[in-house]
Amino acid sequence: MAEFKLKPEELGRINYQPPRKGWMDPHVDIRKGTYCYGAVPETLRYLDLPFPKKWQPNDADWQLPPNWKEIIFEGMRQRLNKFRSFKIFMDVCVRCGACADKCHYFIGSGDPKNMPVLRAELLRSVYRRDFTLAGKLMGKMIGARELNEEVLREWFYYFYQCTECRRCSVFCPYGIDTAEITMMGRELLNLLGLSIEWICTPLSNCFRTGNHLGIQPHGFKDSIEFAVDELAELTGIQVNVPINEKGHDILFVTPSADYFGSPHYFTLLGYFSLFHEIGLNYTMSSYASDGGNFGLFHSHEMMKRLNSKIYLEAERLGVKWILGGECGHMWRVLHQYMDTMNGPADFLQVPKSPMTGTVFENAASTKMVHITEFTADLIKHNKLKLDPSRNNHWRATFHDSCNPARAMGLIEEPRYVIRNVMNHFYEMPENTIKEQTFCCGSGSGLGTDENMEMRLRGGLPRANAVKHMKETKDVNLLLCICAIDKATLPPLLEYWVPGVEVAGVHELVGNALVMKGEKVRDTDLRGQPLQGKE
Amino acid sequence: MISLWFSIIVVVILILIPTIGSSSAALQSLFGIVIPYAAIITFLAGFVYRVLNWAKSPVPFRITTTCGQQKSLPWIKNSKLEAPHNAWGVVRRMALEIFFFRSLFRNTKVELRDGPRLVYGSSKWLWAAGLAFHYSFLVIFIRHFKYFVEPIPGWVSLVQSLDAFFQIGLPVIFLTDAVILASVGYLFFRRLCDDKIRYISHAADYFPLLLILSIATTGILMRYFFKVDIVNVKQLGTGLLSFNPHLPQGIGPLFYVHLFLVCTLIAYFPFSKLMHLGGVFLSPTRNLANNNRMKRHQNVWNFPVKMHTYDEYEEEFHKVMKAADIPLDKE
Repeated sequence: MAEFKLKPEELGRINYQPPRKGWMDPHVDIRKGTYCYGAVPETLRYLDLPFPKKWQPNDADWQLPPNWKEIIFEGMRQRLNKFRSFKIFMDVCVRCGACADKCHYFIGSGDPKNMPVLRAELLRSVYRRDFTLAGKLMGKMIGARELNEEVLREWFYYFYQCTECRRCSVFCPYGIDTAEITMMGRELLNLLGLSIEWICTPLSNCFRTGNHLGIQPHGFKDSIEFAVDELAELTGIQVNVPINEKGHDILFVTPSADYFGSPHYFTLLGYFSLFHEIGLNYTMSSYASDGGNFGLFHSHEMMKRLNSKIYLEAERLGVKWILGGECGHMWRVLHQYMDTMNGPADFLQVPKSPMTGTVFENAASTKMVHITEFTADLIKHNKLKLDPSRNNHWRATFHDSCNPARAMGLIEEPRYVIRNVMNHFYEMPENTIKEQTFCCGSGSGLGTDENMEMRLRGGLPRANAVKHMKETKDVNLLLCICAIDKATLPPLLEYWVPGVEVAGVHELVGNALVMKGEKVRDTDLRGQPLQGKE
Repeated sequence: MISLWFSIIVVVILILIPTIGSSSAALQSLFGIVIPYAAIITFLAGFVYRVLNWAKSPVPFRITTTCGQQKSLPWIKNSKLEAPHNAWGVVRRMALEIFFFRSLFRNTKVELRDGPRLVYGSSKWLWAAGLAFHYSFLVIFIRHFKYFVEPIPGWVSLVQSLDAFFQIGLPVIFLTDAVILASVGYLFFRRLCDDKIRYISHAADYFPLLLILSIATTGILMRYFFKVDIVNVKQLGTGLLSFNPHLPQGIGPLFYVHLFLVCTLIAYFPFSKLMHLGGVFLSPTRNLANNNRMKRHQNVWNFPVKMHTYDEYEEEFHKVMKAADIPLDKE
């Protein structure tokens, strides 16, 4: 953050006028501040991925293998045959432009190649020339281009300027999903060893240690115990968090940032308070110590490789079902991919809340329940004693994370929880929430420091809506249910709308939860004094 | 702009070919019989090929885009149309998409003001013009049945009389003639005047609009200004449909221009973006239910991957796990 010089007024002067010259001649300026560093060779080697090399995206020489074009074409052919989505999305776009100003990166940068339609055309142009008759015959006139190194650079630059948030797909009359196109584009680049460090290092960490941060089992246990001690100090209650223990009913899986990042950590304290208070019979696992899955940002194969641990561990530990913490992309993987990739989970039972008896029919096959579904059900059945006034020092709004909103439809559950644990909750404008929510600007593995300019640009629409809430409702807290949000929204807000903090929904649950035998609570889980107790 | 001029030139050439060609009696059978049959065959074969080709690729994952509340807890109202959880919901969601362009209806326009401050406004013109164009095209298509069958089916006459509802002018003006010119004209000028849209447009975007505009214009000219012999036209039409083609004399070049442009559109269709007609039905983000966690979706090519098993993990970290008192499978 410190090195970012441009003032918000300057960064906010955005030119939406496309250049006079068309885009068909490939050209890309891989500019400092707007790209992520290249993957280091060790990580690719550890994961058995092709063409590891020391490499940076702004290098003149990308050290491509001599047959790189054949590799790409063969990769495209395979994916066209394996994914109907890819084929359809290559063919049916009419370039109506409805998606153009729906992308946060386009809104924040004005770069026309960040219009979802054009981002896809970068790939489509090559598809047309080499996979369609019309493209072979008509060439440039119908938007067909030859694949060359500059096109490849465009792919890299713009497929790593898409956070796979799927906002454009909500507005597309054919449901064309740029996330799908970006995923294919990134998979093709992977075939040549072209990926980014911020994705591949977490991948190799997670593959080895079970979490993206590379925390080994004893470190994992340490951080959990640290949280348990801290919670005892704050609440006067000693909770117990089993790790790798067999014989429990539920496996709890959460993103690793929850036990290592801030403000995630306070959400973790919230979970632990809740689980203790309701006497949940659960265990965490060091082997499956991350629900997050950067494989989604890399390839279907890596996604499956990392995700496999959750079911394997649930089976090994002999639990009945799985509960998942607050995370965005993690939940896209769990909701839309896990069962298909690594199921069927027939060794588990249909999730049933031990407190309320509610059977989660909506998770009957996957057997994994979202924590806000679980908590909303507890609150609805009056199983929790809540004191919303303990959150009176917060005036909050809620940021729908892309994946829970647009890949799950998890919209009302978190809101129900929020309304029951606090008194001052306000919605942002309609065009910026629920299915139309704006990305934090740093999703899909792009949340690096070196990419800060692009992150701040991409996060502008979200930050702008928060600013509106700060000005009209005096909001001082942005709630969310995503680990990447919790990591990347704080610097974003610090830049565009200083004075607004970020928190997970279960942090506020933890604040409001009246626990049996607790000491007099003067502070919230952050150790900040409660209203009236300053 | 080259792509625009290219499209204009191609359309002009397409108009000139039958204008010149149809004056020769020998060539009239080419324009009146051979080309229409060839166009229809190309369309049918091409359309079927494209759809089968799409269908050949499996749908490995259920990647629904949810635009509303999922079905979860019984007391939370779920959005059956925007996040359908069963087949009936999907059918209704698709119907809204196909008949009313639901997604396009959501369209907004973003505006950047000083501050910076972003403002989102409703933007329904594209939706309105798109819908107006597609429905007027459909009505015109149905109206043309009268040139192919005798007696004219009642519902065709009904559509026609509704289209002429206002009974203005003589011959009575069809609403759809005006609507199609206005809506296609809007779509065309929007492409030209909106810098962003012009930037993303290829010849493949201008060409179909100009072609349709030319078809509509020649049709309108024939109906209102340069009358052609309808009886002869109908003879040709019924002959073509009954596979007993007969070429009446004296239909005039304007008709052949109209017919040739229509044939071009039909033959061009399967090789172009116009295939969105077929594709919209197959779009996986719209035509799948959001019931991922309720029902397992099978991937026909699901394949084994290299995993890192718990045993391998415990072996690597055995020492530290033991020291930290974490339960182990192998002591």
